[in-house]
Amino acid sequence: MSDERHVGIVLVSHSAEVAESVAGLAKALAGGATEVPVAAAGGTEGGGFGTSAELISAAAAAVDQGAGVAVLTDLGSAVLTVKALLAEGDELPADTRLVDAPFVEGAVAAVVTAVTGADLDAVVAAASEAYAYRKV
Amino acid sequence: MLDADFFRRWITATAASVDREAQRLTALDSAIGDADHGSNLQRGFAAVLATLEKEAPDTPGAVLSLAGRQLISTVGGASGPLYGTLLRRAGKVLGDAPEVTEAQLAEALRAGVDGVKALGGAAPGDKTMLDALIPAVDALGEGFDAARRAAESGAVETTPMQARKGRASYLGERSIGHQDPGATSSALLIAALATAAEGGSDE
Repeated sequence: MSDERHVGIVLVSHSAEVAESVAGLAKALAGGATEVPVAAAGGTEGGGFGTSAELISAAAAAVDQGAGVAVLTDLGSAVLTVKALLAEGDELPADTRLVDAPFVEGAVAAVVTAVTGADLDAVVAAASEAYAYRKV
Repeated sequence: MLDADFFRRWITATAASVDREAQRLTALDSAIGDADHGSNLQRGFAAVLATLEKEAPDTPGAVLSLAGRQLISTVGGASGPLYGTLLRRAGKVLGDAPEVTEAQLAEALRAGVDGVKALGGAAPGDKTMLDALIPAVDALGEGFDAARRAAESGAVETTPMQARKGRASYLGERSIGHQDPGATSSALLIAALATAAEGGSDE
């Protein structure tokens, strides 16, 4: 099973630390999932707060194993930049999808699902369903 | 007819007004946003000018597509994908034609504005760049000066509006009384069309 292709997951935040930390948290909660490719694309290339199209494209390329890529974002320019890159056509791997999901809960659900070898539809559905998880 | 040089002059004139007005744009953005609109657009348009210089696109469509793509890459805030989509979509509509009419430019910009609407999900009256761009595109049939006046009025008219999109929308009613930075920079972009047209008649 070592040659199994997993869905790649990209986490886009205005903050590099948030993106990295959520990636680490999701992997830890998925039982230290090392086989699922998860990449953080946080902040600008200069290390500031914001969104970098280059970092997003590089992260998506890095996690693409041919099984599709799920992109989760925080808000504002992170969402708009991913949408604009998807509209561009050739900037992101062929089967890349922006997932409508809460950032932290969605990332955990996506990684936990992807580690089972689930396909892109299942990973996207699991992340989106995280919206329905009520806390009170 | 408008050739690639006209479109280059348009982008160059926009970059110059963004430079001139950067502090004002950032001041407007500090009232209801995150105080980076002027510097973000300055960085974006500086990168666009460098790319246009380097790659020397030779059709109107290619100038706008390249400019749009560069804005998406370098701005770092929401205005990057929004302005990038506006220009790139318009560039796509203009295709490979070496020269286009003003009517074709108007049609292309309308498609670009539709792209901005689809990307950001805003509607007229939401206190966004659309409040300057939509009246400008509607007025383009009467010439570049009419479009400039329409964009400038549209930007001023965002002051009493309550923001319903973007960072400013978190402020709710407190967003009322401030002119929208995106509508203000959109008016600069439209005003630069008239500047580009003047530049051509001197040559």
